[in-house]
Amino acid sequence: MNVTLTGLTEGMVYAAFALALVLIWRSTRIVNFAQGSMAAATAFIALSLIQNGQSYWVALIVALASGFVLGAVVERVVIRPVEGGPELNAVIVTLGLFVAIQALIAIIWGSSFESFPAPFGLEGFQVGDSRIAFTPNSVFVIGAVVVTMALLIALFRFTRVGLAMRASAFGQEVARLLGVKVGRMLTLGWALAAVVGSLAGLLIAGGEFVYPAYMDSLIVFGFVAAVLGGLDSPVGAIVGGLILGLALSYVSGYVERGSALVNVSALVILMVVLLVRPGGLFASSVARRA
Amino acid sequence: MTDSQTPSGAGAATDEAPVTATAAANAPSAQATGGRSFLPKSTLLRHLLVLVVCAVGAVILLESTSPFRNSQFATLSYYAIAAGGLTLLTGLNGQISLGHGALMAVGAYTTALMLDVERGEDPLPLPLILLLAALAATVVGAIVGVAAARLHGPYLAGATLALAVGLPGLAIYFHDTFGGEQGMTVRAPRAPEWFTSFIDTVSGNPASGTKWLAYVGVVCLLITYFFLANLVRSRIGRTWRAVRDQDVAAELAGINLGTWRVLAFTVSACAAGLAGGVLAIVVRLAAPSGFTLVLSLSLLTAIVLGGLGSLLGALLGSALLVFLPPFVTDLGTEWGLNSTEAAQLAPFVYGVVLVAAMLFAPAGFVGTIRMRWLTMRAKRAMAASAGSTSRG
Amino acid sequence: MSLFAAATVVSSVAACGGGDDDSGGGGGGGGANEASDIGITEDSIKLGAHYPLTGVAAPGYSEIPLGVDAYFDYVNENGGVYDRQIDYIYRDDAYNPTNTSQVVNQLVLEDEVFAIVGGLGTPTHSAVLDFLNSEGVPDLFVSSGSLLWGDDPETNPYTFGWQTDYMSEGKIIGQYIAEEFPDAKVGLFLQDDDFGEDGEAGVREYIDDQIVAAVRYTPGNTNVGPQIAELQASGADFVVGFNVPSYTALSQLTALQLGYDPQWFYSNVGSDTELVGRLLANFSQGAVGDASVLDGMLTTDYLPTVDAPDDPWVQKFQEIWESNGDGSDLTNYKLYGMSMAYTTIQALQAAGQNPTRDDLVEAIETVGAEWEGPLLAPFRYSEDSHMGTGGMSISRLVGTTAEEVRPVMITDIGDAEIEEWDGEETAPPENGIPDEPAFNE
Repeated sequence: MNVTLTGLTEGMVYAAFALALVLIWRSTRIVNFAQGSMAAATAFIALSLIQNGQSYWVALIVALASGFVLGAVVERVVIRPVEGGPELNAVIVTLGLFVAIQALIAIIWGSSFESFPAPFGLEGFQVGDSRIAFTPNSVFVIGAVVVTMALLIALFRFTRVGLAMRASAFGQEVARLLGVKVGRMLTLGWALAAVVGSLAGLLIAGGEFVYPAYMDSLIVFGFVAAVLGGLDSPVGAIVGGLILGLALSYVSGYVERGSALVNVSALVILMVVLLVRPGGLFASSVARRA
Repeated sequence: MTDSQTPSGAGAATDEAPVTATAAANAPSAQATGGRSFLPKSTLLRHLLVLVVCAVGAVILLESTSPFRNSQFATLSYYAIAAGGLTLLTGLNGQISLGHGALMAVGAYTTALMLDVERGEDPLPLPLILLLAALAATVVGAIVGVAAARLHGPYLAGATLALAVGLPGLAIYFHDTFGGEQGMTVRAPRAPEWFTSFIDTVSGNPASGTKWLAYVGVVCLLITYFFLANLVRSRIGRTWRAVRDQDVAAELAGINLGTWRVLAFTVSACAAGLAGGVLAIVVRLAAPSGFTLVLSLSLLTAIVLGGLGSLLGALLGSALLVFLPPFVTDLGTEWGLNSTEAAQLAPFVYGVVLVAAMLFAPAGFVGTIRMRWLTMRAKRAMAASAGSTSRG
Repeated sequence: MSLFAAATVVSSVAACGGGDDDSGGGGGGGGANEASDIGITEDSIKLGAHYPLTGVAAPGYSEIPLGVDAYFDYVNENGGVYDRQIDYIYRDDAYNPTNTSQVVNQLVLEDEVFAIVGGLGTPTHSAVLDFLNSEGVPDLFVSSGSLLWGDDPETNPYTFGWQTDYMSEGKIIGQYIAEEFPDAKVGLFLQDDDFGEDGEAGVREYIDDQIVAAVRYTPGNTNVGPQIAELQASGADFVVGFNVPSYTALSQLTALQLGYDPQWFYSNVGSDTELVGRLLANFSQGAVGDASVLDGMLTTDYLPTVDAPDDPWVQKFQEIWESNGDGSDLTNYKLYGMSMAYTTIQALQAAGQNPTRDDLVEAIETVGAEWEGPLLAPFRYSEDSHMGTGGMSISRLVGTTAEEVRPVMITDIGDAEIEEWDGEETAPPENGIPDEPAFNE
């Protein structure tokens, strides 16, 4: 029971992070390894504000806004030149950013543990005569992710901007011919993804500790969750995140010395899914051929 | 003392490079120059000749540099061996792998297990152990390769990423066999007597343990690159390129894409296993914390920075990995930063270099130089023809 | 070369004559300083170390060398050791053994240090153990409580431990529980490596039958919900944790979440109350309130901590940190570094005026067990053992200060008895710098 609940909360955070990766993948066909560092940077901005007496909510908004700006700047300055080039070059650029931003955080804020406050209570709800591993803060985490996903779906489905973004992602030339400012849409895609990533970073930080490398494991699990769901599908990202969160929690809780097996099980789950469905659970199309 | 050595060491490394270039090149231009030079016509013979030259160069290099440089060359050799295998997979066959660090772990743990004998007992001879390490990784690589052959682009990246993170976890779970988090200490084999007398005849330097390990590393590196260079130039190499560039055409021509992809993965896993074996004896430890995702990503970085698909590029990229961080740290200390600040500076500079390199030299080091050279030659040819037409 | 050496000997004799009074070393004196071994010149001693300064393990641990550096700086200002200035170089290994091997190669082969002091981490330092011992480089005071450093001096004659090893600590904790809480149902919260394993082995020597559950976490996996839930389900009302500080805080938060409230006993490594309290205190909006969750927690000590601001050693180190530190607050990590540096100075003084590397090792083996310093109990150094201190006291956290509930007990690994230590508490020397005579005089 408690194992399921912790898995659920953990899975939601993976899902949020996977969602950010999916957004970028959909708009620019790039897997952004720097997502974690970028999110960590915004979390540290928020932390500075909180330590200077600002409320959590002000800090949250500022962090998300700085995520937006950071995403846009990164896309414009360093991603644009490698877009459309060899796939690997973009990967290396994001890897370079990942390392550089993380080092920059260490240089600016130092590399020590800092605690990050949670907006809501960390004591579990009372059920009968025992408490369960489900806190007001978990409700907030799950709610925030669900709302974000709903907003994104609404954006893509029902707004002009969303339509333009989808068009630029699927066929740049056609979109351009139809008068869509493709460049601007790509920047917007990155900026939105950075906001979602930043949200994931803040959610996982809430009630825990942050240090420059605190997002490292999330990059791996977020990416695995995104691939699990099929990189093209936002719903897939959420489902992938939940599956991963629950499965890892079960392994950790019910297998003897299972904590050591968590990473291995992520590998096994991914391999099994990919062998059955090479394009992930929610693959929208069969593998493209030349 | 140290300052004067840095440039000479780096210079020496690049001196060696052009020689390997011929062996490594898979570009048409190199073939053209090879044809009209005095080198033998047969690829195998030519590569053998280059191998001998490189071996002599390596001995000169190792004997003329300090023990610390020797140890850096040992480090360079295992990075370069793994990167060589990876560049063949990614550059030639078009499959990305973020999991080669895990395959190195397989090789390293095999070596550690083989060398872990009771005191007084003799372990198997070193070459055999390294061969077994390569073999173990080959087997794992073949299994992974079968799964990987079905996957494309980011899905392959995701699967291999999970491999890089997941496999070392097994060493923690089976801690009785693999020593858990603490790892397995590897008692590095001592230098045999013939080696001591060899070094004594060549240079008169003391034949330290560090030197022995550097030689083991470099010999493995040369052998690996010799095999890989021949493979690249063979029918197999051509088929891999076909699978990468024209998979539909290749399939129509009766090439089974899956089989060739698995083969490429297996060969590169073999190189990674050997690299892991060398790593184990150079580092003297096989522990999960030595095979983090960082290692796999560093290998990828090395091959892209150096120039994808080129063995020379893999070597140069690896050299950057080994020589850049200590260089930046020392520079930072000289600027008056304390050690902690200097240490934080190193990854920052490293990251910035990666980004800058991809923005300004997207074809990697070797690719960019080659392009420059080709453009220059084309321009000269044009100028020459323009000159002759105007005269005529 | 010889000309150069002769010239510098003359100048150092002159320096020696002038500054003999404030020379850090006791006894000795008189003779001239010589470049007696690698890393030692007439006026300097070069020491090296490896720490995780970047990456996942950097938080906390990267503060230790700052403490070491500040203390050496202070010693240098006061004349150094036998008029030699200490040149301390520490390099980053990011807690990756592959990097450790590279940076230690650099320290030994390029920087040519006299000794390595305080290299941090079990897997990291294991990678260089064989190298340092085969090169004959003194490998002092490894920052880890693994048994590897001290229990086999025959294989590793140059390596010395420093802090209390995890097994001895486990034994002292186990005996305390057996005597004071004979009816407790004990759960173990263990890091899944040698740290947790050695600790568990020690504890089980005394209370094997009281243990109802043992759960393990893997560092890096921050979800400890399943582990804490298992402890709760087993009915354990007394939890002993062999874990690092961040997991103390994580386990406390998770326990709070689950409404699980056993008696907590954290081993020394994880009980950095200053750090954990600071981490937990900041969750005020999250209803943790103050550091009260830690109230009543039991822990072990082998060094005075910043929780005891009245301790003369803490006061002395505070003073030194204020004059030679980087302006930040003194933490337990920095205190650890400074204490370790203090022992290093004792060792260098004891090695004599013109020591070789082997003299240094012999000095620690011969007289190291007699040194008095900030540690609560003496070292176990001898020809047969290179284990560091074997003693610990147990204290309970009341409010923000620690109250001793059991005096310093000393023991050794294996089935050695636990005894109360009958030595006296030590006070730091006036100027904060030890004054040990050379071992061979």
